[in-house]
Amino acid sequence: MTEPLLRVRDLKTYFVTEQGSGTARAVDGVSFELYPGETLGLVGESGCGKTVTSLSILRLIPEPPGHIRPGSFIEFEGRNLLTVAPNELRAIRGNQIAMIFQEPMTSLNPVFTVGYQIAEAAIVHQGLSRRAARNRAIAMLKLVGIPDADERVDHYPHQMSGGMRQRVMIAMALVCHPKLLIADEPTTALDVTIQAQILELLEALQAELGMAIMLITHDLGVVAGTADRVVVMYAGQVVEQAPTTELFARPLHPYTEGLMASVPRIDTRVSQVRGRLHSIPGQVPAATAWPPGCRFHPRCPHAWDRCAQEEPPLLDAGAGEPGAHTVRCWLLTEPQRRKGGA
Amino acid sequence: MSVWTWLALAGAVAVALLAVEEAQRAARTSGAGRRFLRHPTAAPGVFILAFFATIAVAAPLVAPYEPSRQLDIVHLQNHAPSLRFLLGTDLYSRDVWSRLIYGARVSLGIGTLAVLIAVTVGAGVGAIAGYFRRWADANLMRLVDVGLAMPRIFVLLIAVALWERVSLAVLVLLIGLTGWFGTSRLVRAEVLSVREREFVAAARALGAGPARVIFRHVLPNASAPVIVSAALGIGNVMLLEAGLSFLGLGVPSPAPSWGSMIFDGSQLIAAAPWTAIFPGVAIALVVMALNAVADALRDALDPRKEAA
Repeated sequence: MTEPLLRVRDLKTYFVTEQGSGTARAVDGVSFELYPGETLGLVGESGCGKTVTSLSILRLIPEPPGHIRPGSFIEFEGRNLLTVAPNELRAIRGNQIAMIFQEPMTSLNPVFTVGYQIAEAAIVHQGLSRRAARNRAIAMLKLVGIPDADERVDHYPHQMSGGMRQRVMIAMALVCHPKLLIADEPTTALDVTIQAQILELLEALQAELGMAIMLITHDLGVVAGTADRVVVMYAGQVVEQAPTTELFARPLHPYTEGLMASVPRIDTRVSQVRGRLHSIPGQVPAATAWPPGCRFHPRCPHAWDRCAQEEPPLLDAGAGEPGAHTVRCWLLTEPQRRKGGA
Repeated sequence: MSVWTWLALAGAVAVALLAVEEAQRAARTSGAGRRFLRHPTAAPGVFILAFFATIAVAAPLVAPYEPSRQLDIVHLQNHAPSLRFLLGTDLYSRDVWSRLIYGARVSLGIGTLAVLIAVTVGAGVGAIAGYFRRWADANLMRLVDVGLAMPRIFVLLIAVALWERVSLAVLVLLIGLTGWFGTSRLVRAEVLSVREREFVAAARALGAGPARVIFRHVLPNASAPVIVSAALGIGNVMLLEAGLSFLGLGVPSPAPSWGSMIFDGSQLIAAAPWTAIFPGVAIALVVMALNAVADALRDALDPRKEAA
């Protein structure tokens, strides 16, 4: 197998809380790899640490209150991003690794034209002249499918719709042809129809530019449609990791199963729906006090006493190559404990 | 007073009216501009400022006499306002109207330059404190506390007393460097809120360094309160300069400043009231106009009114 583009090992990002009520372990020992040209889906509920993971990669965690624990390791093309000098880091940001933010409404600076903002990364990294920057911005606007690019380049963000602004955000991120694009919930704030367009656009651009995408989302439908591999996060940890088709065919962690059961299905007839939409009972515990043992055990339908005492490691589910499908669940060692079938 | 002077005066009024017209036309195209015009005092304020700015810039064209020339020390001393001397003459037979015009240069010039210095320093310090937080913030803001605690006029008096003769440039510097404390507080507060906005994180994510983030992304979004406080500040500085000149410590004679004109005229207030009253009226008009414009700007630039 080829060398991974990005290798995250044992990433721990903690936040010291204001009232001194303890340390919020927002990301607590996350490891995964991302290969060139691949799309990795990072899935989980709100508050499970997806966004903090992505911000940690670019070292955009506000310090204080946050800090990345020593022993964490984020390697991008053989360089540890946690130890590189600030100016070297700035040379990577926007140039090699770019990021699309959640909110297209607030992630654009209201006082500059979109053209300037798109070209800014190119101005910073490649020292483009004003005229060259403008031409590049127009080309990028065309690339992301905005009509009348010559005119739109001089518009301000408030003159554009949400979908257009998200396209502008994508253009901003891609202007330097990064090797890795981190897309943090790129479609959450958009209409469903626009969502599909944006995802298709990302896919087309990936094929054209050959970059890797880390797609962060809470929407399993988005992941199923676009990602090659999926990492499921819960309570600051990776709980399951598998190729997309494998994960959807054979989800092993009860949390993954719960997530999938919570998605309304269009192929069940109304007469067959026995009750309400499935939901996982309870809510994500506070990051200052993760439960002992398996962090999911208070909400798990299959939990037994071992789950409350011992924290399961990531276990190999033994599908395909070793490490292709891993699960953080004791059920893998004691499958007879699974309730209701299997 | 010749026909030419009257023409020049009419010309200045016309220029000021044109400026108001132009401002109104430009303002109508944006929401903020319309809110600015809704203020009843905004247009008169702009008119007054434009008028004084015009006569200050075109002083040699508008003034009928040289400001420091003693026309006829025997016969034209303390001449009352007339057709020949629009605002009369002073003790040394100098034309008050001409001195008022040249005084506008000095007074408006000092006000604008000093505020420019104050705003630049204040914005820089406030931005650094607000953006970097931590020790930079703590130290700079303590410094500002000290600066705010000292009465400004007192600091200026000490500085002026230390030197025999204070040139205009030094006076401007002194006033500017003692006037940035409040601005830096304003800017810091604004920067604290802007730096948490998502586009700032986006700018950092694309590799922009701290200087670029501060000057390109944070400060332009924090400029509204600065503009307002600068407009108010010019008026304040003009009053301060007038006060200093009145105490005989400001603009050195015989250069005409409105403050020193009032000082000179105050001794003859009973015999020749016009020598003190007209510069006083000029100061009052300009300061009121600045306050009116600042008030309208505040309403216009307040982001909370953006939705309305």
